[in-house]
Amino acid sequence: MILETTQQALQAIFAGPVPAADEGVAGGQRGNGVITPDYKTHGYHLDAQVSADQLLAAVNIVDEAGFFIESITGVDWIKENQLEVIYDFSRYDFDACRVVIRTRVPRDNPVVPTISTIYAGANWHERETHDFFGIKFAGHPHLVPLLLPEDADFHPLLKDFKA
Amino acid sequence: MSLTLLNVIVAVVIAIAFAAVNAAYLVWAERRGAARIQRRPGPNINGPFGLLQPPADGIKLMTKQLMIPGGADKILFMVAPVLAMVPAIMSFVTIPFSEGIVARNMDIGVLMIFAFASMGAMAILFAGWGSRNKYAVMASVRAVSQSVSYEIPMLITAITVIMVNGSMDLKAISLNQAGGFWHWNIFPSLQSPLMPISFIIFFICSLAETNRAPFDLGEAESELVAGFHTEYGSMGFGLFFMGEYANIVIGACLTTILFLGGWGCPFGLFPGVWWFLLKIYLLIATFIWIRWTFPRTTIYGLLNLSWKILIPISLFNLLLTAGLLKVF
Amino acid sequence: MSAPIQLRPDETFILNVGPQHPATHGVLRVKMQMDGEYIVKAETVLGYVHRMHEKMGENRTYAQYLPNLSRLDYLGALGYTHGHVLAIERAAGIEVPERAEYIRAITVELNRVASHLFWFGAFVMDLGGFSPLMYAIQDREHILDMLEAVTGARLTYCYYRFGGLYNDVDDDFIEAAKRFIPRMRKSLKKYDALVTGNIIFRKRLEGIAPVSAEMCRKYGATGPVARGSGINFDVRKNEPYSVYPEFDFDVPVYHECDSMARYKVRMDEMEQSLRIIEQGLEKLPDGPVMAEKKPKNIKLPVGDFYQAVETARGSFGIRIVSDGDKNAYRLKLRSPTYSNMHLFDEACEGMLIMDALAFMGSLDLVIPEMDR
Repeated sequence: MILETTQQALQAIFAGPVPAADEGVAGGQRGNGVITPDYKTHGYHLDAQVSADQLLAAVNIVDEAGFFIESITGVDWIKENQLEVIYDFSRYDFDACRVVIRTRVPRDNPVVPTISTIYAGANWHERETHDFFGIKFAGHPHLVPLLLPEDADFHPLLKDFKA
Repeated sequence: MSLTLLNVIVAVVIAIAFAAVNAAYLVWAERRGAARIQRRPGPNINGPFGLLQPPADGIKLMTKQLMIPGGADKILFMVAPVLAMVPAIMSFVTIPFSEGIVARNMDIGVLMIFAFASMGAMAILFAGWGSRNKYAVMASVRAVSQSVSYEIPMLITAITVIMVNGSMDLKAISLNQAGGFWHWNIFPSLQSPLMPISFIIFFICSLAETNRAPFDLGEAESELVAGFHTEYGSMGFGLFFMGEYANIVIGACLTTILFLGGWGCPFGLFPGVWWFLLKIYLLIATFIWIRWTFPRTTIYGLLNLSWKILIPISLFNLLLTAGLLKVF
Repeated sequence: MSAPIQLRPDETFILNVGPQHPATHGVLRVKMQMDGEYIVKAETVLGYVHRMHEKMGENRTYAQYLPNLSRLDYLGALGYTHGHVLAIERAAGIEVPERAEYIRAITVELNRVASHLFWFGAFVMDLGGFSPLMYAIQDREHILDMLEAVTGARLTYCYYRFGGLYNDVDDDFIEAAKRFIPRMRKSLKKYDALVTGNIIFRKRLEGIAPVSAEMCRKYGATGPVARGSGINFDVRKNEPYSVYPEFDFDVPVYHECDSMARYKVRMDEMEQSLRIIEQGLEKLPDGPVMAEKKPKNIKLPVGDFYQAVETARGSFGIRIVSDGDKNAYRLKLRSPTYSNMHLFDEACEGMLIMDALAFMGSLDLVIPEMDR
């Protein structure tokens, strides 16, 4: 139930036609859009890839639908010269529905808007992602290293990081 | 003249020795008692039953380097541990262990003990302020507000007892209760029907005065690291520690004399120092038992207990006793 | 109890709680701006035991990474390895024999009881009561002995394998577990009598440190913290995995939102875990404990895989982004205490320091798990 309504709401962000479901998830280029991966193998119900400027709208949708924030993380797609930010959301009720919102930004200028204004708990997750990938969260109140030393200027989870 | 002087010196030496031995072996007793309560052996390696643990600890503490933190107020920092220990020992001078065993009996023994007890708060304040440590300052402020609020009900209860007995002389108070447990102050009489409650108040206050759990807000090791003695090591810490135990003994002695008939036997037989010691060590065992059973109160819970419950009750008790003394 | 106070932000001092402080149970630092005993503002500083487990996940094969998972949370390590093996099995499509899943559930629940027991002791010690810690450790010792006998480790277990278990349990373990359950129930009654009813204890917890359900949602708090705020959320029920649907157990939920609610949730959870263990031992089927068809070198298909499990501290999630290699392309660990601790900064504003530290204890922090 919540799955369908959230899916429709997220699809409404995109003006164009909805991409076909079940394309290869991750590990390659994929257009923006909402897909429903097989929960049995992938472990989540809804996967929305949005552009960075659609992010706040998408997060607002899940916030209004009563989702809680699980985590935020990044992936370095060095071959495509892109960084991906992955937002995980889940629900407290028995209508199990895991929503993944992902956005890709160019590697040389990784900037995405902060969602800590919507989810206060995003604060640390974004700081951590900034630590590990150097992704800048525009509008973040306190974007200083959290897990790394306070003077760290390296980003260890980038694929071209050499210790 | 010279004989009296000698008498006094011998008495003071004995008092110091009694306080020191008690402090050292109460630590052992507490550790063994706590271990019993917690189902573990406790110190049992040094000597039979671990009885040589206190001297070993003493040697360790005395041979450690005395560290003074940078920026600390040196004089206050050094004075505080001494100030914690000295009043405790001084108080022993006037405590009558039995009719014959008292170093210097005074007409105002109760007053003197309370006067010295108040100096303990000064020691804690000096230690906290002199350490230049935020935790120590916070702890010492807590400890002082606690001391102040608990001395009031304690004194009011003591005054009630003094009024009933008509003397501030500890020996006279003890003798007044001689001849069986029905004469003891703890049991209600016509003049003071609320004596059992007074006893409970007095006991709670003496727990609070010694800064022990559940009232150990001045130390509060899980919150304020080690409270006012955070920065103390070696014998500075040792003196605070011994002072605490000496204060426990004083508290137990005072409770015994004021409420439990001093050295009197419960059945009027063979009064003597053994009864006194038995009573104080039973009280001390209760202290230890309580410490290892209860969690710590909060600072507002503690102050509320004193100002909203103990002080009104003890004041009411004082007025009631005063009125009844006039009647009977 | 305490009257509302007027904080004066201009007359404050900074208090560093940690990185070495008895209340933080590890190396955690909270920078507190204090007005006397009241906290004006707090900022948590993490990362003192950060070991970059996620990078290790990229450099090691999935099997090599198994021991890392038990180094996250030293009190409830089995739950974390369970999450990892489930994620791999889900992605690679490995069928696990039923007996193995039952033993996994039994051992995870035993580990959960052990973790909650230690938390119980440490929490009461935070409040100044020493003795319950010793009692709790003694009960926990029985569990550790049992687990040591089957897993070979006492804290950092590496017992589960992809497709099953490292070895089967023997009769001794089953006997010991059966003996343990009634003993533990007796102990729980004793803890209740000794601690829960204590007036000082209740006064220190009831109504203190409220965390609203909305706050939990915004910060992503899970586990006993969320359940103490009236949220009926337990991954074992909401998103069933392993053989948990086979068991009859309740999820304790309290609506008071205070520290006492979080305490009660964990105490009740121990009883529920015992029920699961009891049923698991009863239903334990015969059979192999290792899948027969299992590739020697596990390679996951290309894709993005997520697995959540309920550990002692909350919902632990593991996300594996695979590019088809024998290593993960990206491996993200979603640790529950990380989210639970995050709400501390906001929730403790205006609180007394001793209440705040009791609150911190009620969050059940394990710092290496938070810092990863």
